[in-house]
Amino acid sequence: MMSNIFSYIVQGTAITVAVTLISLPFGLLIGLLMALVHTYGGQVLNRIAAAYSLLMRGVPPIVLLFILYFIISGSINLSPFWAGSLSLGIVSSAYQMEILRGALLAVGGGQMTAARAVGMSRLQAIQFIILPQALRIAIPPWSNEASIVLKDSSLVYALGVPEILRRAQQLSATTQQPFLAYGTAALIYFVLVFAVNRGLDYLSERTKLPTHP
Amino acid sequence: MTNPILETRNLTKIYGQNTIFKDINLKVNEGETIVIIGPSGTGKSTLLRCINLLTSHNGGQVFLDGKEITAKGYNEDEVRQHIGMVFQNFLLFNHLTALDNVIIGLTKVKKMPKDKAREKAMEELKRVGLADRADHYPGQLSGGQQQRVAIARALAMDPSVMLFDEPTSALDPELIGEVLGVMAQLARDRMTMIVVTHEMGFAREVADRIVFMEKGSIVEEGTPDDLFYHPKHDRTREFLWKITELYGKKEKEKSEKS
Repeated sequence: MMSNIFSYIVQGTAITVAVTLISLPFGLLIGLLMALVHTYGGQVLNRIAAAYSLLMRGVPPIVLLFILYFIISGSINLSPFWAGSLSLGIVSSAYQMEILRGALLAVGGGQMTAARAVGMSRLQAIQFIILPQALRIAIPPWSNEASIVLKDSSLVYALGVPEILRRAQQLSATTQQPFLAYGTAALIYFVLVFAVNRGLDYLSERTKLPTHP
Repeated sequence: MTNPILETRNLTKIYGQNTIFKDINLKVNEGETIVIIGPSGTGKSTLLRCINLLTSHNGGQVFLDGKEITAKGYNEDEVRQHIGMVFQNFLLFNHLTALDNVIIGLTKVKKMPKDKAREKAMEELKRVGLADRADHYPGQLSGGQQQRVAIARALAMDPSVMLFDEPTSALDPELIGEVLGVMAQLARDRMTMIVVTHEMGFAREVADRIVFMEKGSIVEEGTPDDLFYHPKHDRTREFLWKITELYGKKEKEKSEKS
């Protein structure tokens, strides 16, 4: 009995991790493109990116998740797992966009000027000079977003994806021990978030640029 | 007369309602060091940025080696490979070591093989006296060292002309000398240079020609001797007198303190 419950929860944890591992990079990809377009695109692209950000961040994630889920699963035949993960990624992309936009601005226009002055094109300057610096700056705030996405992955519960929270609810119903079931779920989330934050702290430390001799 | 390596014809920059400079005609011969002086806000820095096309101009032309680089459709990125630029605030690439700062233009822009680029970059760092700092990041270098790396970075591209935009203005006084020393050596090596600076000592010693700019136009140009001792315009005399007096005062204070 106990071992059954254990493996039931481990499977849920695997799904939670999988959802996060899909939505986070997917959101990063869109967020990065949007941030670049917003910062370096022309006026029109800039407006579109700004509107995207405003819209996506102005609606509760769960509402967006439902809307996107029905759009995605309506147009292409995707499982709730995939549709939910991609939707979460899109929700997160707007927040990641703002993080990266801030980092791009923090690098400053001077670096672009200097890169152009040695003969680089805008694209080369972004690739070789701006992004390597911006991504370093973005790690700490991105770490925060990563833990938010990890926790928000519990929202796909509402689409019927059997991740941690869904399983905790079922366990609570069958064992009549809601505190134990939800407490276990909370503990698992906490450990995952803790590990992610620690990992990214480490990455941030490792990629830090030396200042004094 | 040889043809100038760089020439501006009626170069004009207008920003909104403000005319930054108007009808600037400047000829720079190969191997010449031109120093541009003048009060702040007279468009000296903007002029340099228009010359290497970092800032768009509103009229006139720029010729590099006889070719009009301001012509429509001319490849700007290609032009900038031939015009080196050194900035007031150094602008080294912060995520790269001194050596990689010099290398990156060679490998990414000139498509030079890595080992060859490395060799060339080391040579340039030696030239500015910083071979022993090759693996330091900008954050680990003093302002003077950063500026010398920036000079090496520009030199590595083998430019026809080097532009210096107030290269010592952001430096602590005791670090100015090392940068000016490198620049003076470049001038002796007959590198073509246009230098915007307030360092009158450098202008007098190193310049072949001094250009005095004010309110967006060239008031007077000539050899250092001409400008310092026989200026044609009162305004030139006034400016040089003022700035030399200020400099002299500072020197006096220094010697009194010590």
